Amino acid sequence: MSQLPVRPGRIRRAPEGFLTPEQVGDVAAGRRDFLRQAFAAASVTALGVSAAHAADGDPAILNLPEHSTSLGRPVAERPYGLPSQYEAGLKRRESPGLTRVAAASVSFAPLQGLFGIITPSGLHFERHHQGWHDIDPARHRLMINGLVKEARVYTMDDLMRLPSVSRIHFIECGANTGMEWGNVAVPTVQYTHGMLSCSEFTGVPLSVLLDDCGIDMKRAKFVLAEGADGSSMTRTIPLDRALDDVIVAWGQNGEMLRPENGYPLRLVVPGIQGVSWVKWLRRIEVGDQPWATKDEAVHYIDLLPDGTHRQYTSIQECKSVITTPSGGQTLLDRGFHNISGLAWSGRGKIRRVDVSTDGGRNWRTARLETPVLSKALTRFNIDWVWDGSPAILQSRAMDDTGYVQPTYRQLREVRGTRSIYHNNAIQSWKLAESGDVSNVQAY
Amino acid sequence: MSRLTELALVAALMFGATGSHAAGRYEGIGRAATPAEVKAWDIDVRPDFKGLPAGSGSVDHGMEVWEAKCASCHGTFGESNEVFTPIVGGTTKEDIETGRVGAYIRGDAPQRTTLMKVATVSTLWDYIHRAMPWNAPKSLSVDDTYAVLAYILNLGEIVPADFVLSDRNIADVQKRMPNRNGMTTRHGLWDVKGKPDVKNVACMKDCRTDITIGSSLPDYARDAHGDLSAQNRTVGPVRGQHTGNATAAAAIKPHPALELMKKNGCSGCHGIDSKVLGPGFREVAKRYKDDKGAESSLSARIRKGSSGNWGDVAMPAQSQVSDADLGALVKWILSGSPEN
Ligand code: HEC
Ligand code: HEC
Repeated sequence: MSQLPVRPGRIRRAPEGFLTPEQVGDVAAGRRDFLRQAFAAASVTALGVSAAHAADGDPAILNLPEHSTSLGRPVAERPYGLPSQYEAGLKRRESPGLTRVAAASVSFAPLQGLFGIITPSGLHFERHHQGWHDIDPARHRLMINGLVKEARVYTMDDLMRLPSVSRIHFIECGANTGMEWGNVAVPTVQYTHGMLSCSEFTGVPLSVLLDDCGIDMKRAKFVLAEGADGSSMTRTIPLDRALDDVIVAWGQNGEMLRPENGYPLRLVVPGIQGVSWVKWLRRIEVGDQPWATKDEAVHYIDLLPDGTHRQYTSIQECKSVITTPSGGQTLLDRGFHNISGLAWSGRGKIRRVDVSTDGGRNWRTARLETPVLSKALTRFNIDWVWDGSPAILQSRAMDDTGYVQPTYRQLREVRGTRSIYHNNAIQSWKLAESGDVSNVQAY
Repeated sequence: MSRLTELALVAALMFGATGSHAAGRYEGIGRAATPAEVKAWDIDVRPDFKGLPAGSGSVDHGMEVWEAKCASCHGTFGESNEVFTPIVGGTTKEDIETGRVGAYIRGDAPQRTTLMKVATVSTLWDYIHRAMPWNAPKSLSVDDTYAVLAYILNLGEIVPADFVLSDRNIADVQKRMPNRNGMTTRHGLWDVKGKPDVKNVACMKDCRTDITIGSSLPDYARDAHGDLSAQNRTVGPVRGQHTGNATAAAAIKPHPALELMKKNGCSGCHGIDSKVLGPGFREVAKRYKDDKGAESSLSARIRKGSSGNWGDVAMPAQSQVSDADLGALVKWILSGSPEN
């Protein structure tokens, strides 16, 4: 391919503000003349300068932009910083028709545009059952009762004085990718996999608090976590989990939790589906039997082909997805590409991720970027040169128990298609000659 | 050594405690809960009915509670799917006898109602008492909770019309729950060390030759999520595709009040044309079209909350709305809620 000085994505935006689908098609087909025209027009209309000839070079270099020739804005103009205006497209979004009322609904994180493993707090996915509140932390209390020597109450002041830990963990809703059990339903990775986020959480280990109350280790088998909101979300957690790595958290990515994520206090239950990470946490009860609450007896139960429901399915098994390129995107050009994605496992660390560009016939092992942490998102990357022919991109993760992420065929053979929850199948993205990527299920 | 014993040891060393399981290891942190505090918050009810308060309620009374406090969202017979999936329907007399919902086994359930799924009657008591009505959670009395649950169970033909549900007979009702034998905990997804049920192997080369595309995105679904080009970055290796009639949509700008409606939380309860909890805004405009004072009276009612004008459900006070937003919203509502 010839080396043109002008390439899409490196020039000023075309006059209309974007490339039309035809133009993108032209680029993919190797026709670039129109871009020079568009760019000449752009330099005239947008800059009001006609001096620069395309032949001399890139006007973004030759014509000094305003930001190079004027005074910028002062400090603390935006005391709480915001993303660039050019990033406005990357935001949480709802999937139309998924739920009926917005206070019992979901918004998905824009995985298609995120880097690394940390989800910016403002883009963390949301799932509320009865709306969210911004709770005054001075009035928030945590109570621990049940099979303990002494039922106790803690204020936020109390909790934040205790020895704290900070740990990076993913949170994934049990229903993530749930719309795709039967067939392809949604266009982009935001909607297929966006009930997934990863943050550094800070808080006190639940084991410290249970110990502080004098938990009755002879009889205790489960704990119940309960929220302070209208739904008072309740979920049962087995005691061995509760004493292992569960955190009563107030911090998220260096600041306090966001209200939508449970400010001022939430439970962090690494590896377990998001519904157990009870937000606005007000109470922990220690008991000897599971509670079968609404969200473990009516929802978050997995319907199997024989008509039974699996109850208390909680662990998010090993899974991965390619985020760039992914559904609904168009590759601007042939040639070199960095295929990038996320892998995670509720049972431990990611050991390996393999990537296929031919629908699962052949696989190559991707690079895992550090850090690779237990029950955290892991970023993988792999080099790829696209020759312009159709391709099917897939990623397949393996965790440190040796478990390998399954195909749709394997998953459906055991669990059918009606489960809704815990779909961790290998995702396929079909790349057409036009450069368009779309969601398919290849098996 | 378990983390817990480790911690206990650390605490014992730090505070010179004896290591016995006395509560309150961190000096000056936390305090004992009073019995009244525990009673106020410990409201959960388990499948063995631990935590269930004494009380009772009849199907007849339950019908009154339902019509006053539940039917607006769930429908008179619990059949509505306007706000949420139906609560009642899809179960048979035979299911009540066997404790297995036949529709699942036959695979012909068009949708899954609450009564088709729930195995434990305690779940419903606990949930209704803690969370319903959705817009006024924790407002139902114990007896009203029994009553409204009796009504739901009667709609599902699990109890007769003259039934009075109470803490004394709820265990008998449990024996008639249509899906009581429909749950299993025999799977590997509860315990971290549980055995996975699905197995793949990490083949690397010439793994399969018969690859088929079993399912692709239908066109309507491609367009149903708006303009994907606006959901991606404007630089980088890719661009979003133009979907959802992107050009037509870009030409017609949405009315800024639509954004205000979302930002101030009105859209949770109001549609433009359709009733959600509160009236559709165009209905409101119609009602007040000849009322000169409507602008100020509506502003006041939104600000302070209002009830009794449109139905049984009240609108809580919307104190979060700025004066400017409120003014703009009310003007826009009274002008018939134009969408652009
Ligand atoms: C303002 C609308 C509204 C009112 C009024 C209301 N509900 Fe609900 N109800 C909902 C919504 C929304 C949900 C789903 C909540 C969620 O997603 O967790 C729900 C869920 C339920 C469920 C669980 C259903 C399931 O399958 O998960 C039951 C049972 C229920 N309501 C009973 C009642 C009863 C009884 C009343 C009256 C005392 C009532 N509701 C009043 C909106 C309402
Ligand atoms: C929690 C649900 C809820 C929310 C949130 C809500 N409303 Fe309402 N609204 C209602 C209900 C219910 C009614 C009907 C009350 C009645 O019957 O008087 C109502 C009535 C109204 C009316 C008609 C008042 C009348 O007296 O005829 C207007 C106008 C209105 N709402 C505007 C708003 C605006 C603007 C917002 C956002 C700032 C908003 N509402 C937020 C539930 C809500």
